[in-house]
Amino acid sequence: MLDLTATELLQRQANGDSSAESITQTFLAQFRQHDSRIRAFLHVDEADAIEQAKAIDAKRKGGESLGKLAGIPVAVKDVLCTKGRRTTCGSKILQNFVPPYDAHVITKLKEADAILIGKTNCDEFAMGSSTENSAYQTTRNPWDLERTPGGSSGGSAASVAASQAPLALGTDTGGSIRQPASLCGIVGMKPSYGRVSRFGLIAYGSSLDQVGPFAQDVRDAALLLEVIAGHDPRDSTCVNTPVPPYTAMLDEPIKPLTIGVAKQFFGKGLDSEVEQAVRSALKVYEGQGAKIKDISLPHSPYAVAVYYLVATAEASSNLARYDGVHFGHRTEKFAGLIDMVKKSRGEGFGAEVKRRIMLGTYALSSGYIDAYYLKALKVRRLIRQDFDQAFAQCDVVMGPTSPTAAFKIGEKADDPLAMYLSDIYTISANLAGICGISIPCGFTKSGLPIGLQILGGPFAEEKLLRVARLHERETDWHKRRPAL
Amino acid sequence: MMSYRTIIGLEVHVQLLTRTKLFCGCATTFGLPPNSATCAVCCGLPGTLPVMNRTAFQLALKAAVALNCTIATFTKWDRKNYYYPDLPKNYQISQYDLPFSSEGWLEIETPAGARKIGIIRAHLEEDAGKMLHDERAGKNDSLVDLNRTGTPLLEIVSHPDMETAEEAKAYLEELRLLLREIGVSDCEMQEGSLRCDANINLHVPQPDGSFVATPIIEVKNLNTFRGVERSLKYESERQAAELQRNLDAGVWHVDATRTSKFRDYRVSPITQRKSDGALGPVSKATAGWDERTGRTEIQRRKEEASDYCYFPEPDLVPVTVDADTLERVRAELGELPAAQKTRLQSQYGLPVYDAGVLSRQGRAFVAYFEAVVKQCGDAKEACNWTMNDLLSTLNDRKLDIKESSLSPENLGELISEIQATGLNKQRAREVYAVMLDGLTAKQAIDKLGFKVVADEGQLLELVRKAIAANPKAVADFKKGKVKAADAIKGFVMRETKGMAKTEMVQQLVMRELAKE
Ligand SMILES: [Zn+2]
Repeated sequence: MLDLTATELLQRQANGDSSAESITQTFLAQFRQHDSRIRAFLHVDEADAIEQAKAIDAKRKGGESLGKLAGIPVAVKDVLCTKGRRTTCGSKILQNFVPPYDAHVITKLKEADAILIGKTNCDEFAMGSSTENSAYQTTRNPWDLERTPGGSSGGSAASVAASQAPLALGTDTGGSIRQPASLCGIVGMKPSYGRVSRFGLIAYGSSLDQVGPFAQDVRDAALLLEVIAGHDPRDSTCVNTPVPPYTAMLDEPIKPLTIGVAKQFFGKGLDSEVEQAVRSALKVYEGQGAKIKDISLPHSPYAVAVYYLVATAEASSNLARYDGVHFGHRTEKFAGLIDMVKKSRGEGFGAEVKRRIMLGTYALSSGYIDAYYLKALKVRRLIRQDFDQAFAQCDVVMGPTSPTAAFKIGEKADDPLAMYLSDIYTISANLAGICGISIPCGFTKSGLPIGLQILGGPFAEEKLLRVARLHERETDWHKRRPAL
Repeated sequence: MMSYRTIIGLEVHVQLLTRTKLFCGCATTFGLPPNSATCAVCCGLPGTLPVMNRTAFQLALKAAVALNCTIATFTKWDRKNYYYPDLPKNYQISQYDLPFSSEGWLEIETPAGARKIGIIRAHLEEDAGKMLHDERAGKNDSLVDLNRTGTPLLEIVSHPDMETAEEAKAYLEELRLLLREIGVSDCEMQEGSLRCDANINLHVPQPDGSFVATPIIEVKNLNTFRGVERSLKYESERQAAELQRNLDAGVWHVDATRTSKFRDYRVSPITQRKSDGALGPVSKATAGWDERTGRTEIQRRKEEASDYCYFPEPDLVPVTVDADTLERVRAELGELPAAQKTRLQSQYGLPVYDAGVLSRQGRAFVAYFEAVVKQCGDAKEACNWTMNDLLSTLNDRKLDIKESSLSPENLGELISEIQATGLNKQRAREVYAVMLDGLTAKQAIDKLGFKVVADEGQLLELVRKAIAANPKAVADFKKGKVKAADAIKGFVMRETKGMAKTEMVQQLVMRELAKE
């Protein structure tokens, strides 16, 4: 049962071959058996998950209409608020934070009758690319326990790769869904900015953050996106345009299909095995009649620099509220207000979060804001223009998701710049607000998964998913599972 | 005593009259139990997002249009970052470089005539909470009440166009009248729905025709209109003395090399030695006004401007204002106090002072006045009765014009009755007093049993009697003392218990005295 997709699990329940309870039990058993080594989850309430499953089964038995994800366990990154359940952001400062509300996407999951199986580990406040920055634990890559699953949504990616959940939610600010999906050999998608409500997503970089799905295949990703996308009056940046039924047309290929390939995505630092796998994927598309077009994204070399100014500037302000006054960790002993705030933040935040708060504050300071933050906003506009021009010539842009396959735990932990570069291909999609997906497209000789990144224009999710599905139908990389 | 010009600019914060807060659905009601009007959004809980209150924006637009401001077609929100326990997010959502309105004016009345005070900008922002210090024995806690957090505030920044404390007070009063009239704010200083900070300094003329500017002081905590006036008067005198003292002691120096232009003249700044020994400008300082001692206390001199790290608020979308919206706002404004004052003068022939008194009472009061005129046809009398008698009655009883027990129709009828019968002012006031119980003028006159004596024969008899009884007054009158006739008139009035028709008595007394 663990090898089945959510779509197949839904079918089995509908046929009466399985129940929400037995499905949930199966995934919980997998969690019990393997998570002590993988460490994907921060909190799992087994009894509660079983309760939810029983309620769904009762609904089914009572002939009530069921939601699109009835009885399907979904793992949720611990930056998404769950009412009455601890939500820590992988940080000590929110160790005991219990939100009095659900994030919009959690409400959507509940309405779809999904089973919330647990909260997954992540880099503290989603700042990182390896899940090593969690204050609680380091998540391991199910394909090689010495390696990282990527990040910051590493827990969610690992949980799906290790079949501890058929579906998971992550958040993507600079690649935090696509990069771990790539490193864990699964499908991960970042929707266009504004497609999914950010209400209840604990902010890192507000103008970049989006919630998105992890799944074993494209159909499941489309299904989960269909459930969570849509308007929410509580998020002013969430658009009020209808959500197309992503799963309905999934098997219809886009014809004719023009694929843009930007030379900037194949430069220095790209591992040759990764490049080879991506080139093979392009061949698959060519074999299906797609046209490959060389394009240029001239400003993408600046994306990492722009990202680390914009995201950190927003983060420095978003994280100011964790001061020990109203909520979050408060230090034991202090002399006066300023000392309390300093100590509470000093104790509560980890090194990477502190680094980014300082970077962001610096970028916004008078005397520097013009040269850093405001300049970054200008370049951000140019990056968006690059994509506007690209999508005028082609349907999608393809390239590697990450320059390398999964790297070793500790390998880049002391070299923030090297770590930042592992998001070099994913970051520009967040800056431009467009959608992107990572799908499995091969393996290294040592057996590590490689991801193909496909980028689509703003709100072109339907097209993006159909293009991704085309590759998936012609290959079986997505069917491989790690030997645990 | 040196002569100087006082330069004053005001920063006014008014709370908008919305039912709910600027970015969440919490109530804005004043005086609720601490922290009862709060939610996850205004407490800044992780994961929550602001959603703009459209009514607040509409009210702010209304105010800016009424203040003759230019309205931006595109405006955005910004975060002003600073740490303070009454600000749960540790940033305030405000407007920085693209406020929704700028460059307007408000006309005030000064002894030298009407004057326009320029407005630099008006922008919207959210209010912070309140700190309460618990100093009970053994306790040294600070408590925070977040009820006010997120209340919509309109910040109105004036140009430094006011030159006296009285003008500052007049500006504030005119602003309050305007904002109340158009329903933007109730402007209650005691409840904090109108708050004022003043920037003040002096420009002191020099022999060469240039001026020296004293360092700007920002006076805070101005909680009453009187406080605004008193503090600014005190502060200007204090700055004059401080300048003299520091120049004499060689602590301050006039830096004639770095002048700047102000209006049509040049001003030189003051410099002093910094910690590194170099001469540098004396920075702006903040002062608190102490109502009890009647003094301003300098709180801190900032070495450099605070860095609020402003940047665009990513959780909100920019707001656009189209021409139709502006047209609608303009149409909804109705007649503003300044226009109304002009109209009262031209339409009813009222003197500027009277027109000012009426329009300062607000639209409802002016409407009342106009209803009285409509009833009696005499604008001058209608104005006298409403702005003297009626206004003092309302003030004594702490009533609003809408709560007046005397209808404008009844007051108009009283004025007509006075004109018809010649009832004297003193008796008319007695009738007025009875009418406050809801009676018409005729009912009140009947109740009091007043009957005006207008019989010429009867009055003539009384006049002759009075002349006979007052030989001294008659003698004085003949010597040219016109006033002496009052004694004769007074006699007749006493004899008729004040009910003699005034004009007739006047005529008869003059005629009979002339015969003497
Ligand atoms: Zn609230």
